[in-house]
Amino acid sequence: MDAQPHDLAPGDRSGSGTVREGTLSGLLVYTIGLVLAVILTATSFWAANTTLLWQPGVALGVAVLAIAQMGVHLVFFLHIDTGPDNTNNVLALAFGVLIVTLVVVGSLWIMANLNANMMPMGQLMDLHMQR
Amino acid sequence: MSNVAGIYGSNGAMPASGSEAGPAPKEIVVAYGFWIFLLSDIVMFSAIFATYAVLANATAGGPTGAQLFNQKSVAIETVCLLLSSYTCGLMSLAINAGNRIGTFLGAAATFVLGAAFLALEIREFGGLVARGATPERSAFLSAFFTLVGCHGLHVTIGLLWLAVMMAQVATKGFLESVQRRLFCFSLFWHALDIIWVGLFSVVYLMGVG
Repeated sequence: MDAQPHDLAPGDRSGSGTVREGTLSGLLVYTIGLVLAVILTATSFWAANTTLLWQPGVALGVAVLAIAQMGVHLVFFLHIDTGPDNTNNVLALAFGVLIVTLVVVGSLWIMANLNANMMPMGQLMDLHMQR
Repeated sequence: MSNVAGIYGSNGAMPASGSEAGPAPKEIVVAYGFWIFLLSDIVMFSAIFATYAVLANATAGGPTGAQLFNQKSVAIETVCLLLSSYTCGLMSLAINAGNRIGTFLGAAATFVLGAAFLALEIREFGGLVARGATPERSAFLSAFFTLVGCHGLHVTIGLLWLAVMMAQVATKGFLESVQRRLFCFSLFWHALDIIWVGLFSVVYLMGVG
């Protein structure tokens, strides 16, 4: 058998012959996921509250930790991996990530540009007054 | 069937995949469809996240995030939701093993932890409103209540769904259809935890730092 016992698509079930084995390895997978998630969350909260770190870098660090934790959740809790039954799920996820990135980065980029290029409110008022 | 596989195998053009063995089992198709729904839900959340990120500094002279947010309460909420995600995983293991008591225990733990999360969030909202930090106060607070409230609404729906599923397990037993619904629920619950990870990082940690 070349497939791993926990090599399951989301919502997939293991064969009935290996139920006990599947339960044990599944328990291990979920526990590893929980431990990793707790470590990442704790690091995030620590980084946001400490004064030891270079402050401008903290936001970036928190973002990286959040993305890492989302990856942990996807792999250990949602079982998104490279199994043959999982190809469609991974492709759909990749498309979802593309859309999410476009929406979030695009919005921030455009709005930051608008903010930078917009005439300050005082000047705008002066223009109105000149008419 | 083996003939077809042999042809593909000898060509080396088509990798071995589920399609050679006919259509995929229903549980995989159902999980795929539900996964598409979850991704569309996450795309919707990303739009609300983008709105929040744009408006985070538009406080209109009102209170800022740093003045309003209580990190201790957020940390407890995070622990509740993370543990409920874990117990939800344990519940799906119990379903796999056909263990009805384990399923009920896992569901009960998931429900209690999810309800604790919701209670803390409602208390936080109540405290904000009592201090005059209502959604009408500023664009920042409108975006905050939309984003966090939308996640809280999802958690509420998830709790209702879980209660309905436990009633179905109690009355119908472990039917194939009931098991599929339970797996869809666990996917939904794990996805909510993923959204919460983004939420506490962007709203609470970056907002204070």
